[in-house]
Amino acid sequence: MRWLQDPILDVQHLTMRFGGLIAINDLSFQAGRGDITALIGPNGAGKTTVFNCITGFYKPTEGMMALRKPDGSHLLLERLPGYNINWKAKVARTFQNIRLFSGMTVLENLLVAQHNPLMISSGFTFLGVLGVGGYRAAEKEAIERAKFWLEKTRLTHRADDPAGDLPYGDQRRLEIARAMCTDPLLLCLDEPAAGLNPRESHELNELLLSVRKDQGTSILLIEHDMSVVMEISDHVVVLDYGIKISDGTPPEVRNDPKVVAAYLGVADEEVEKVEAEIGA
Amino acid sequence: MEIFVQQLINGLTLGSIYGLIAIGYTMVFGIIGMVNFAHGDVFMLSAFIALIFFLLLTTWLGISSVVLALFIVLIIAMVLTSLWGWTVERIAYRPLRGSFRLAPLISAIGVSIFLSNFVQVAQGARNKPTPPMIGDVIVLFQGASGYNVALSYKQVIIMVTTAVLLTIFWYIVQKTSLGRAQRACEQDRKMAALLGINVDRTISLTFVIGAALAAVAGTMYLLYYGVVSFSDGFVPGVKAFTAAVLGGIGSLPGAVLGGLIIGLIETFWSAYFSIEYKDVAAFSILAIVLIFMPSGILGRPEVEKV
Amino acid sequence: MTAPSITTTSAKSPAVPTHFDVAAAVKDSAKAALITLGLSIPILAYRTDQSGADLFLTPRWGLVAIICAIVFGLRLVLHAFMATRSYRKAVPSPRQATEAVHAEPSAYQKASRFGIPFFLGIALTFPILIVLIQGGLNESRYWVDLGILILTYVMLGWGLNIVVGLAGLLDLGYVAFYAVGAYSYALLSTTFGLSFWICLPLAGILAAFWGMILGFPVLRLRGDYLAIVTLAFGEIVRLVLINWVDLTNGGAGISSIPRATFFGLPFTAGEGGFASTFGLEFNSMHRMIFLYYLILALALLTNFVTMRLRKLPVGRAWEALREDEIACRSLGINTTNTKLTAFAIGAMFGGFAGSFFAVRQGFVSPESFNFLESAIILAIVVMGGMGSQVGVAIAAIVLVGGPEVLRNLTFLQSIFGAGFDPNEYRLLLFGVGMVAMMVWRPRGLISEREPSVILKERKAISGSLVKEGHG
Repeated sequence: MRWLQDPILDVQHLTMRFGGLIAINDLSFQAGRGDITALIGPNGAGKTTVFNCITGFYKPTEGMMALRKPDGSHLLLERLPGYNINWKAKVARTFQNIRLFSGMTVLENLLVAQHNPLMISSGFTFLGVLGVGGYRAAEKEAIERAKFWLEKTRLTHRADDPAGDLPYGDQRRLEIARAMCTDPLLLCLDEPAAGLNPRESHELNELLLSVRKDQGTSILLIEHDMSVVMEISDHVVVLDYGIKISDGTPPEVRNDPKVVAAYLGVADEEVEKVEAEIGA
Repeated sequence: MEIFVQQLINGLTLGSIYGLIAIGYTMVFGIIGMVNFAHGDVFMLSAFIALIFFLLLTTWLGISSVVLALFIVLIIAMVLTSLWGWTVERIAYRPLRGSFRLAPLISAIGVSIFLSNFVQVAQGARNKPTPPMIGDVIVLFQGASGYNVALSYKQVIIMVTTAVLLTIFWYIVQKTSLGRAQRACEQDRKMAALLGINVDRTISLTFVIGAALAAVAGTMYLLYYGVVSFSDGFVPGVKAFTAAVLGGIGSLPGAVLGGLIIGLIETFWSAYFSIEYKDVAAFSILAIVLIFMPSGILGRPEVEKV
Repeated sequence: MTAPSITTTSAKSPAVPTHFDVAAAVKDSAKAALITLGLSIPILAYRTDQSGADLFLTPRWGLVAIICAIVFGLRLVLHAFMATRSYRKAVPSPRQATEAVHAEPSAYQKASRFGIPFFLGIALTFPILIVLIQGGLNESRYWVDLGILILTYVMLGWGLNIVVGLAGLLDLGYVAFYAVGAYSYALLSTTFGLSFWICLPLAGILAAFWGMILGFPVLRLRGDYLAIVTLAFGEIVRLVLINWVDLTNGGAGISSIPRATFFGLPFTAGEGGFASTFGLEFNSMHRMIFLYYLILALALLTNFVTMRLRKLPVGRAWEALREDEIACRSLGINTTNTKLTAFAIGAMFGGFAGSFFAVRQGFVSPESFNFLESAIILAIVVMGGMGSQVGVAIAAIVLVGGPEVLRNLTFLQSIFGAGFDPNEYRLLLFGVGMVAMMVWRPRGLISEREPSVILKERKAISGSLVKEGHG
């Protein structure tokens, strides 16, 4: 269990209640540094809610989420204001319903992602307006980095097109490129393969594997597409009705009867047996 | 003590008028998500319509019973103002439905400017005083200093009319198919259309109802204050919108509740503090409510899906 | 090479009427006229006038009949127009299949290619041109004054454009910053006797400060709510200006604001004045022409700073904020600070414009800062096309200059009889114009967006992709 030794994300007893509805119930898991961790489960299991808690869009009712930096220090994500989760804790995310800046070009989208370092080099705008300071150089550097990610996601030929004009698959890749431009330690992807055909899913797998290999970024993803999950994940966590029902390597999880029951249901004769096993 | 009770009566009366206008705001916002900026001026327009018809009925047609005249005036004002409401929606808002969200707002501002200046040009810029209508009062009790706490017949009429109309329209919205169609359109317009609801007609009817209620408010305003001017649309309009927001936008009883609260606050503020700043008080309440309690008292909070 | 014709002359398209259905059009126009009749009773039909303490009515059925007839006629014409247009659209001309398709340059590209230098040239030389056309300094007073007025609104439009157009924050109370700037300038210059060049930046800073105070509590509101709250704040400012008599002198306003000087040289006759120093004969127009160039400089400054800011990260963050606030937060952008910055900078330029107003009038009063002003400035921004500097300038010229043109249409008196003052109808037509403009082009005159940075090729982004912001 490599992820227990060097976790980049340590979630402890996370609970999220919306009024009377318990969306996540006492969830604990670790995501290993340099791992691709998949969070799966039937619809309504609470996966996106977990994401929203990790990335600061919901405030968890209980629990702790620690992001451990390479130098050993850690940040408590539930204490940080939303934007600092990206800036200080270096956690980036993509969205289930793509949220691109559709009225801006692809290149502009990638430059917005580098907002904070560029703000600093423009002297928080003051120096930039006057035209002094190293803003020019910093912007060039930012464009170079954008170009790098454009090439990696094969979007260079569309750099000047408005993001809203891109076909669906390209938009998904652009969102990933944009998230990577913030130079994250942990990349959270919310259903990155949704709506992609098998060939595109395969290319996505390659992209994610190369991101992990070349950038060393840890990846946490929510996915329904098992070809993506089983092929590239190192670690799978399964949720059902807000409770963790399985946690292990892909082969372990695939054969876990509780997981099978959650996804496929069981024969009537076996219901009692499975219920006893799950402890329901 | 006597002053308190008197102000209470006055405040409730004023609040009823605001509540009637507020219903129009809340219904339109609920169904198409737009603040109908011109609603206040429709109210002012209806007051003028009521004034002119009142004069017509009493002087030319020689109807001597004021109450009868008022009743007829009320009906006519409701009909004609509804026509205005319908026309405004058709010309200025319907073409912009579904586009860019700022466009209907600017269009509404344009309509508001048009309406107030239309009345100004057509009727002259001076305040129009009405002939005395109903002056009688019921003295409730007398205070130690000889101050009479009076409940005037006018006030009774206003409050009773508001209560009756609120009940009628609340019934319509909750129980009839029109109301159901309206609530469906509020929730999901496309789906409502797919299910066979005539969305255009439902929205038009919403505007018509709102305008009719504004007409009632206009007639009451005329009755109560006895003077109207073309610029009387703006401030009552904003106050009524404040009331709608305070009560919870989209909620009919909320609008009336908000109206009563605003009426009371305004009356008490003018009586006990300063009359010059009473409008500042109203605007400040609006700001405070929107900042701290945007879903209002009876409204439902909105949660955005990430 | 001739291609074979794809439409045969004998083909009939049954779906599109090939003739104008007169009966239906007349019925519909009659309906419209009937509605107009209903609308005009009783406000048009009877006029209330006062004699003594009572009101009496004068009927004007003739006027009502004329208006209904006009509506009838216009509706008929509209039907005819629509019929021919839909016919032309539905039945293609025989040539269409063989013509090469040319991309039509968009309105923006047409406007900016040679329009910008042209307009700039006109703006720079405007006073000189007017003096030449009108034949003298004193005769040009009206036009230079109009130019100053238009440029003031252009500057206000550009200032509000930062808040509404770029950042997508719907501000209906922009006039509050205009007022703060004007009153700050008035108070600073009358109480402390500071010169124009010190008071102007101070007033701007005060306005920016006020923008931040105002912005802070309201920035988490969305869309229409933000609009209403800013409207409320604008009105509160106006009411406080009227009622806080100790500070602001109430409704009487603050007068005797020191006039502008030419970098220290006063515009007076006599020794030491501008005229004598430069060897010119004294003319009160000198000050006015100076004011013109002053507002032009201020407006161009606003424009320059805006264009710069658009290319800096903060400007891009504004536009990203307008597109999708949640995505911004996920990219590490402090959305609250970004919104505050937009508010503050927009307020600052409003404050500068207010200072100029104070200097130009020599007198400030609360009545100049009512909601209608905010509405006009917002209309200028929205009609120009959000975020488009050129569009805003054009809209300002049309919306401010247009009604002024009405003032001069005195020849209409001959048609409608003496006593007809077209000025009364200015605001009426303004309201109609606003509605018409929005129905015709809801996204404004110039709805394309220019990207702020390009890799290879500059492509204008269509307005339908650009979000208008939720506040």
